[in-house]
Amino acid sequence: MPQIPKEAYKAMVESRSPASPIAADCLKAFIVGGLICCLGQALIDMYKHIGLPADDAGAACSITLVALAALATGLGLYEKLGRFAGAGSFVPITGFSNAMASPALEFKKEGLVFGIGAKMFVVAGPVILYGLVTSFVCGIIQFIVNAVVK
Amino acid sequence: MNKKLGDGTSRFADPPRIVSAASVVGPKEAEGPLGGSFDAEIEDEMFGQETWERAESAFTRRGIKLAAEKAGMEIGGADFIIGGDLLNQSIGTTFGARGLTRPLIGIYGACSTFGEGLGLGAMMIDGGFAGRVIVGASSHFCAAERQFRFPLSMGTQRPPTSTWTVTGHGAAVLASEGDGFPRITHFTAGVITDYGVTDANNMGGAMAPAAWDVIARHLRDTGRAPDYYDAIVTGDLGSVGSSLLLDLARGDGADLTGAHADCGVMIYDPEKQDTHAGGSGCACSAATFAAVFYPKLRTRKLNRLLFVPTGAMLSATSVQQGESIPCVAYAVAIENL
Repeated sequence: MPQIPKEAYKAMVESRSPASPIAADCLKAFIVGGLICCLGQALIDMYKHIGLPADDAGAACSITLVALAALATGLGLYEKLGRFAGAGSFVPITGFSNAMASPALEFKKEGLVFGIGAKMFVVAGPVILYGLVTSFVCGIIQFIVNAVVK
Repeated sequence: MNKKLGDGTSRFADPPRIVSAASVVGPKEAEGPLGGSFDAEIEDEMFGQETWERAESAFTRRGIKLAAEKAGMEIGGADFIIGGDLLNQSIGTTFGARGLTRPLIGIYGACSTFGEGLGLGAMMIDGGFAGRVIVGASSHFCAAERQFRFPLSMGTQRPPTSTWTVTGHGAAVLASEGDGFPRITHFTAGVITDYGVTDANNMGGAMAPAAWDVIARHLRDTGRAPDYYDAIVTGDLGSVGSSLLLDLARGDGADLTGAHADCGVMIYDPEKQDTHAGGSGCACSAATFAAVFYPKLRTRKLNRLLFVPTGAMLSATSVQQGESIPCVAYAVAIENL
């Protein structure tokens, strides 16, 4: 075995491993994420304009973005956007749609139940689970705060 | 003659010949710097199959057939087929060998599989257990991605230290007889080496100590210096792992700079092909050996090659459990005698 302590080797690995270009990545994520949000705002305004109440306009916007992202995933476009934008395209609701649609496509061959059905949630499942857990915890906190304040 | 040298290098009494080598690759490899030198470049990554796994098996079958053909024999003329790949239960190899009707020795050494296979095949031949052995190894980018990482169409970024799994198959036919062929003179099997690297996106960093360990043991056992070899070629350390290998060697007073090359660095153009630190996968070293180094040995542009395929022995489960990455490498000395 090479006569070098593990800690020293870790330092060597770090010094030889190029770092991700964080500033450029952040800028790209900011621009693409911002554009997706602008698109969302435009959709909300449009739905309001054609007469939907504000709440429904928000929901319709989400539905539209999810559908567009799923379509872009199927056409192989979202992976290209994701490679460029990173978190910029992963964090918005379109990223959630991509995270559901891509395993559904990928695991189609394993069948409707254990393929699409089970694998569709491999990436999105944790987001849903911990979203629910966080909502639950926040709800309890709000309940206690409200009780104390009254 | 004692065939064991030093700590554990096999020295072959009648060094087995490599009588042919064949490579089959996908479209990305064909577009890379080595495009045109592979025996078959398949435009369709699916290879006309329904699934990525079946596509990998189709690469395997084509590669084994090509290697036999180039050796001027039928597959039936092989006493054994040795093969492996990256997929769970090695289904790339076993499903690919369906219908080949020759005994299969399935092995797993991750991306070092081809080196492990060459060494075992040479032992079988020099031991008198076989006259001809076909050795092959395959990998497929799409099948590997979905097993080890994320679905293909998911939009994620890859860090600069990550490597790109080669789609393809590389094979060689070893034989006990034949004139003028390059011969496997020594084989040093690797020790599992783990320096605590946990980042599955930096396999070059994880594997470099395994590569240096087996090279150093090989040199010690054989009493050779690095400059004995015209080339010391590692499998898929990539650019990060290659520089670490040179650092580790330098730390132990050996200079590999002039002789070292890495198949993972050679097979793609990182700028044009967005492959970051290089190529990886069983087919990386196997196909590059068949396409580049074997022809150079045959034409005597190279006469002494130390071929060192490298493997990161991680699984999707071990990564999720936060384990560090144990690695291994196999050193195969191939010489024109």
